[in-house]
Amino acid sequence: MTNDLARWQFATTSIYHFLFVPVTIGLAFLVAILQTAWHRGGNDDYRRLTRFFGTLLLINVAVGVVTGLVQEFEFGMNWSTYSRYVGDVFGGPLAMEGLAAFFLESTFLGLWLFGWGRLPKLVHLACIWLVAAGTMLSAMFIMVANSWMQHPVGYTMNSHGEPQLSNVAALFTNPTFLWGYVHVILASLITGALVMLAVAAWHLRRQREVAAFHKAAQISVAVLLPSILLTMFVGSELGVVETKYQPMKIAAAEAQWENCKPCSFSLFQVGGGNNDKTPSQIIEVPYLLSLLATNSFSGGVTGLNQLQREYEKKYGPGNYVPDVFIQYWSMRIMAYLASLIVLLALWGGWLLHRGRFDRSKWFLRLSIWAVVTPFLMNTAGWLLTESGRQPWIVQGLMKTANANSPSVSATEIGISLAVFVLVYIALGAVEVVLMTRYARKGLEPDGGESGSAPSGTPAAGAAGVGGTSIPALTY
Amino acid sequence: MHLHTLWFVILAILWVGFFVLEGFDFGVGALHSLVGRSDTERRVAINTIGPWWDGNEVWLIVAGAGMFAAFPAWYATMFSALYLALLLVLVALMARGVAFEFRSKSDDPRWRATWTWCLTLGSLLIPLLIGVGLGDLLNGLPIDSHHNFTGNFFNLLTPYGLWTGVTLLGLCLLHGATFLKLRTTGELRERAGAAARPLGWAAIALVVGFVIWTLSLNSSTDVPGPVQVLAVIAVVFAARLASSDHDGWAFTASAVAIASTVGSIFIDLYPRVMVSSTDAAYNLTVNNAASGHYALVVMTIVTVIFLPLVLLYQGWSFYIFRARVSSPAPPRSPDSGVSPAA
Repeated sequence: MTNDLARWQFATTSIYHFLFVPVTIGLAFLVAILQTAWHRGGNDDYRRLTRFFGTLLLINVAVGVVTGLVQEFEFGMNWSTYSRYVGDVFGGPLAMEGLAAFFLESTFLGLWLFGWGRLPKLVHLACIWLVAAGTMLSAMFIMVANSWMQHPVGYTMNSHGEPQLSNVAALFTNPTFLWGYVHVILASLITGALVMLAVAAWHLRRQREVAAFHKAAQISVAVLLPSILLTMFVGSELGVVETKYQPMKIAAAEAQWENCKPCSFSLFQVGGGNNDKTPSQIIEVPYLLSLLATNSFSGGVTGLNQLQREYEKKYGPGNYVPDVFIQYWSMRIMAYLASLIVLLALWGGWLLHRGRFDRSKWFLRLSIWAVVTPFLMNTAGWLLTESGRQPWIVQGLMKTANANSPSVSATEIGISLAVFVLVYIALGAVEVVLMTRYARKGLEPDGGESGSAPSGTPAAGAAGVGGTSIPALTY
Repeated sequence: MHLHTLWFVILAILWVGFFVLEGFDFGVGALHSLVGRSDTERRVAINTIGPWWDGNEVWLIVAGAGMFAAFPAWYATMFSALYLALLLVLVALMARGVAFEFRSKSDDPRWRATWTWCLTLGSLLIPLLIGVGLGDLLNGLPIDSHHNFTGNFFNLLTPYGLWTGVTLLGLCLLHGATFLKLRTTGELRERAGAAARPLGWAAIALVVGFVIWTLSLNSSTDVPGPVQVLAVIAVVFAARLASSDHDGWAFTASAVAIASTVGSIFIDLYPRVMVSSTDAAYNLTVNNAASGHYALVVMTIVTVIFLPLVLLYQGWSFYIFRARVSSPAPPRSPDSGVSPAA
C-alpha cells in the first residue's frame, strides 16, 4: 500500500512536471531564435514576437520550476531506501544539474526579463541563449541520472553491497543516455514548435497581425519538420539500444510473448496482455518488428515468456514482466501521433512553399488542435520508459518494491498525494487560463520601442530616465 | 582537509548562501504588503527582488542535491524524517514561486490580493519550517540503528527546533527590511526603516536566546564560540544601523547576522550531521553518511569549476540592477508597470 501510493505519487508528479519541461526547453530555444532574427535583421515584428512568446515562456516556466522542486525533494521523502542506496552515483548528476544548469537558467532569465532596454542588445540576446542552454543542460543531467536507472554503468559494488561511482565518463557515454537525451531534446523542440504553430495559426485564422504570425509559423514549421523526422529515427534507434539492455521493455511494448524470427509488427490488437496472452484480434505487418528492433529484416526478438524464465534463473522467483497494455499502447500512441505530425509538417511546408499558408483554413484549424499531440506523445514516452523498467527501480540492482521510505506511513503519503493533486489542479487551471488569455491577446503595438530604445546603453545609462517604462511582462 | 569534512563545509556554505540571499527575498515577500500600501508600491517592493529571487532559490536546490550526492544517508534520513514539514515547505515554495509571475497577470483586485497572500504566507512559512528542521538536526530526532526516523510529525516540533525556526524567520524579516531600505526611495524606504526597528529588537532577543539555548544543549562548554558572538554583535549592529542612513551597512550587518547564525548551527553539528535522540551511537556523521572517495572527488572538481562561475554571474546580475527602485513620478495605470529607474 505504502509502496503503491509512493509510486502513484511519483507517476503523478513527474508526468505533470513533464508537461511543462518540454514547453520550456522548446520555447526558450524558439524565443532565442526570434530574438536573434530581430537582432540580425532589425525587423520590429521579430521583437514583438520575442516579447509575445517570451511572456508565454515565463508563465510556463513558473509552473515548471515549482513542480520541479517537488521532484527534487521526493526522492528523499518517499524513496529514502533508494536514495541511500544509489546516492553515491545518482546524486551526482542531480547536484551537477543545480550547479551547472539551474543557476545559469534562473540568473539569466532574471537578467533577460529585467534587462530589456537596460542591457546592451547583444548582451541581452546572449542572456536568452544562456537560458536556452541552461534548460538543455538541465535535461542532460536528468537524463544521465535516469539512464543510469535504465542501464547502470560506471559503478562497482562496495562492501555494503551498494553501487559506488567508479567511472563518471561512463555515465555520460551510456548509450541509453546518448540516444535518450537526443530524443528528449527533439521531443521538446517539437513541443515548442507545435505550441508556437498553434498560437500563430489561431491568429492567422482571424487574419490578425498576418505578417508577424506568418514569420512565427515559418520558424515553427522549419523547426518542426526536421525535428519530427529525426525524432522518429532516434526513437527507433533508442528501441534497438533498449532491446539490448532492457529486452523486457521492448518485448512488452510489442506484446511479444513467444520468440519470433522474423517478427511481424502488430499495428493494432485486442487482448494479448498480462492476463490473456493470445490476442483475440490482430492486424500485423510482416518483418517490420525485426527491422525496428534489430535493424535487419530477419532479426529475432526474444519473447516475454523466455525472458521471464531467464530472469527467474538470474534474479530468483518473481514476476519480471512489465504491464504489457501500458507498454503496447504508449509505444503506439507515440508512433502513430508522430506519423500524423510528420504529415502536418509536410503539409505546412508545402503550403509555405506555395505561398498559400495564411489562407489555408483547414491546415490552420488542424494546427490549433495539433497542440494536444506533443503532450500525449511525451507522456506516452515516459510511461513506456518508466513502466517498462518495472519491477526494477534500478534495472537489475534494486526493485521498486524495496525502495520506499520505511519511516513514512501510507497515511502520510496519502496526505501528500492529495495535497499535490489539489495544488496541481489549481496551478494547471491558472496556467491554462493565463496561457490562453495571453496567447489570444496578440502582439504589443507596433514600434513600441520601450524595450529597444536605449540600444547599446548599459544599465547605468538608463539612470535618471524617469520615462523608461518597464516591459509589460515585468510585473 | 579530509573530503568528508570539505563536503560538510561546502554544504554549510550552500545553506548559509541560501539564507543570506533568499533570506532577504523571504523578508521582502513577507513585508511587501506592509511596506507597500498601494498596488504600485507593492509592485515596487516586489521588483526590488524581481531579477534575483529565482536564482537565489537555486541555492536551496543545490544544497539539497549536494547532500544527496555527498551524504546520501543524510539526505535520505532528513528528507523522510521531516516529511510533513517538507510537504508544507513545498506547498509554500510553489504558492510563492508562481505568485511572482502570476500576480501581475490580471488587474482584478481579488486576483492581486490572492497572490499577495500566497507570497506573504509562503515567505513566512519557508524560513520558519526550514529553521525548525535545522534546529532538529542539532537537537536530535528519534533515529534507529538503520538511520531511519522512528517518530512522527509532533516529534519535529521540539521547543528548541521551534525557537531556531522563529529566530531564522525573525532574521529573514530584519534582513528583508534592511534590503528594502537599501533598494527603495521615499516613503517606501521610510516605512521599511520603521518596520526594521521592532524587527531589530525582536531579532536581537531571538538570536541571544538562540545562542544561550544552544550553549545549554552543549555539555562540554558554557563559553559562546566566535561565530555565535559574531551573530549577536552583527544583529545588534543591524538593528541599530537600520534606524540610521547607512542603508548599505545595515544590510551588510543583517547579512552577517543571518550567515553567522546559520553557520553556527553547522559548526555545532560537526562532525555529526544528524543527532539521534534515541542513542548517540546512531548519530549520522560525516563519516558514516558520506559517499565514496571517487564520487566526492568528482563532485569537488565540478564544484570548484562551477561555484566560482555562479558567484561571478550572480554578482554581475546584482551589479546590473543595483540602482534603487522607485515609484514612477505620475502614478500610471497598474497595467503599465513600474519603472525601476534610478
